[in-house]
Amino acid sequence: MDSGHQIQLSGVEMQFATPDGVVVALESTDLSVGVGEFVVLLGPSGCGKTTMLRIIGGLLKPSAGQVHVGDRNLWNGDKRDDVAVQELGIVFQEASLFPWMSIEDNIGLPLRLRGVRKGERRREAHELCELVGISGFEKRLPRELSGGMRQRAAIARALSYEPEILLMDEPFGSLDAMTRDQMNLELQRIWMTLGCTIVFVTHSIPEAVFLADRILLLSPRPGRIDTELEVIFERPRNMGMLEEPEFQAIVKRLRARLEEM
Amino acid sequence: MGFLRKNITWVTTPALIILFIAVWHFYVVWFEVSKFILPTPGSVLDGLVELFETPSTYKHTWITVYETISGFAIASVIGIGLGAVLGKVRWLEKALNPFIIATQVVPKVALIPLFILWFGFGPESKIIISAVIAFFPILTNTVLGVKSVDFGHKDIMISLNASKWQTFFLLEFPSALPAILTGLEVGIVLAIIGAVVGEYLGGSEGLGYLAVAALSAYKVNMLFAVIILLTLVGFVLYAAIAGVRRFIIPWHESVLIERQQAVG
Repeated sequence: MDSGHQIQLSGVEMQFATPDGVVVALESTDLSVGVGEFVVLLGPSGCGKTTMLRIIGGLLKPSAGQVHVGDRNLWNGDKRDDVAVQELGIVFQEASLFPWMSIEDNIGLPLRLRGVRKGERRREAHELCELVGISGFEKRLPRELSGGMRQRAAIARALSYEPEILLMDEPFGSLDAMTRDQMNLELQRIWMTLGCTIVFVTHSIPEAVFLADRILLLSPRPGRIDTELEVIFERPRNMGMLEEPEFQAIVKRLRARLEEM
Repeated sequence: MGFLRKNITWVTTPALIILFIAVWHFYVVWFEVSKFILPTPGSVLDGLVELFETPSTYKHTWITVYETISGFAIASVIGIGLGAVLGKVRWLEKALNPFIIATQVVPKVALIPLFILWFGFGPESKIIISAVIAFFPILTNTVLGVKSVDFGHKDIMISLNASKWQTFFLLEFPSALPAILTGLEVGIVLAIIGAVVGEYLGGSEGLGYLAVAALSAYKVNMLFAVIILLTLVGFVLYAAIAGVRRFIIPWHESVLIERQQAVG
């Protein structure tokens, strides 16, 4: 394995059996994500971007092809590689916090599964709350928090065991526009602080351009990578960037390509 | 006005009770209803006083409560335990389903004489009857609860590589608790019915027996008094189970809605 690559997909294919026959959700796909890279999978619904993310995250076993996380093969036959899975933290569109657990218990859940003691979990949860900006809410129940804060807690949970890769499936899709902008800024800050690798799924073009080092535009039926695009704006980026002509040119180009699909 | 609207039940409930008792009283008096059919409220009150003054009443009450709680406890342990297993093990649920449904379709009250024959006239037969009747709703609600875990929550546990036991204790069981509690609330009411009907049909103890004894003696006001006592006992037992909800699942909507209404 090339050590510069954190994630490598080779010939990955996904087919689902449905009553109407076999549906190809993802055509044979090759993809490499570098260490510390921020890659965004962009595309309309049905383009297989969530499928691709779930394959990288080990939630779906591909019908064909190989997934490598670090230097480990994610699947050995039908068994997931435990060590590889440890390097992956996943954040979904819904925060999916357990409603019966306090925020700190939710954040500490992955550590609890690994047998970390309660005091240690508390300390970790407290630090993570500071990192994602929800200090002081450690003892609250998830339903007492706003949608944006719940999603911050979900990010903290995914980061709790210090995975090298963060996989995010439209994590801010159900938030209002203002909260979403703020969360994008926060995510950039967290990513720059930790230096982890992120694969981020969205159908929002501005969000993709704002966040990404590299955008993979996916097209539907069957899902496949259509266009690959490097975004080379300086970091940290700010919301003012959205008004700049270079930014808008990229957005326009992507939108035009999406409309052709 | 705001105060009155918020606490309207403090006015309406007593008013309706008084109205009900008045209608009852004047109906009996004006239409000269036989006291063997319907005694006056006053006479029922006399019956209640007599009932509470008789020391053996408390023994009978205790026996009914004991049978109910024992039967309910057995039904809960087996219902929740088996429900959790069936909710997890799909093939076992499919295999056992016809038998579970069959035991459910049999009118269990018709089995009571059989249970009395097998387990005697003592409390044991009533405990078993009450357990059998309370069992089913506890079982089905537990199965339902364990099966209907949120997909997003399951994804979390899968992505974190949680073991089956971890998933059960940290996700499936707590997530099933609201449904299990609903099953227990139905179960406790059925457990009382099981115990009392058992007492009607055989034995010489318990409130069910007291009711039958009052009937045989044509003490209709006493029969009414026993029914009222039974209602009280049932209410206390139900309230005890329903009351646990806010301690066990304070995070659940069913509890929070209640609280919000209490405040606003």
